[in-house]
Amino acid sequence: MIPSSFDYEVAESVDHALELLRTKEDPKLIAGGHSLLPLMKLRLARPGTLVDIGRLGGLRGVRDAGDHLAIGGLTRHHDLNTDPLARQHCPLIAYAAGLVGDPQVRHRGTIGGSLAHGDPASDLPTICLVLDAVIVARGPGGERTIDASGFFNGFFDTALAEDEIITEVRVPKTGSAGWSYLKFRQRALDWATVGVAAVVGASNGSIQGAKVAFTNMGQTPLRATAVEAALAGAPRDAVAAAAQKADEGTDPPSDTWATGDFRRHLARVLTGRAVEEALSR
Amino acid sequence: MKRITVTVNGVKHEAEVEERELLVYFLREGLGLTGTNVGCDTSSCGTCTIHLDGQSVKACTLLAVQADGAEVTTIEGLANGGLHPMQAAFQEHHGLQCGYCTPGMIMAAVGLLEENPKPSEDEIRHGLEGNLCRCTGYHNIVKAVAAVANG
Repeated sequence: MIPSSFDYEVAESVDHALELLRTKEDPKLIAGGHSLLPLMKLRLARPGTLVDIGRLGGLRGVRDAGDHLAIGGLTRHHDLNTDPLARQHCPLIAYAAGLVGDPQVRHRGTIGGSLAHGDPASDLPTICLVLDAVIVARGPGGERTIDASGFFNGFFDTALAEDEIITEVRVPKTGSAGWSYLKFRQRALDWATVGVAAVVGASNGSIQGAKVAFTNMGQTPLRATAVEAALAGAPRDAVAAAAQKADEGTDPPSDTWATGDFRRHLARVLTGRAVEEALSR
Repeated sequence: MKRITVTVNGVKHEAEVEERELLVYFLREGLGLTGTNVGCDTSSCGTCTIHLDGQSVKACTLLAVQADGAEVTTIEGLANGGLHPMQAAFQEHHGLQCGYCTPGMIMAAVGLLEENPKPSEDEIRHGLEGNLCRCTGYHNIVKAVAAVANG
């Protein structure tokens, strides 16, 4: 499969990339290309110009920024999975980065690309949502920050403007909170049929600040608001009952992998397991 | 058309390529290195796996222009004189049946051991999750990789 024709420009800096986005015909950013190129090969995407930001080394890597980690937009999944700072301060995102696709995909795919793509079946959007991450975007008017809760508008649709670049993703350090990400899939390299992420704190036998989010249970990654409300301040033995509320407010797709009803079932089962696993960590 | 310089198996190549040319076709048709196969062409099966700057990647999901300035190793570049130890282990442990997945499987396995020289059996299986063998010869493939890891 061969993509339709396009022009190709290599960005030498973020400013240069922004200029190319402004001046080139029907431009599209490419970083790792592992979401975009498959779409282009299927001719579902036909950009006029590819602006390659994959060589902007300054946007790569993880930095300790006090109460949060600053993850460069071009940080590849493999590098996030193996990064010592990420493993120490936000083990959930390091772990989940290691579940994206397969090793070859993780050597190329980037966190900024994954978020900008906005696929509700992708792992890192869910992780950023459950962590209350902040996405930093640069555009012609300068830099702005977008909360993950307001970033995902719909199916493959995000708050990122066409002339903006994700330069950084800020994820709060999770401290002593337990965490889990359970991903149900048919084959090892597949997208999640359903994924459940949980970050849970506990003290004196009761649950404090449980946060739960879903992959592939609707048009965007979703927070499990009913579960979170049921767990707030609840005793540990409330998990099973709370997990029964997991599919409230979700709108899971039916496709060749699973019916919507089976996804609802998976969400309830995996939520219980994920919260229990988070409590055990 | 774009002019690119790519070092493949230690040899520097300069070429004019169409922007949309995939790296795997540049290797196969441009350079005649047909050891790298095309299977699914959707970055699932892994038979097009090569090393780009030392890391395993799927050459069907890379543009040749993205490899400008990079070092590429294909299955042809792995052996230095005789067989590479991983190739010899695949032969010894019968890690192939039809052989179609083998070049990619070997490149992925070599990449795995560079990142994790002493993987457990579980880590080998997960490390090869980007490569499909339709003959389902996984047990012997895992044995071959473990044999190399354990020297």
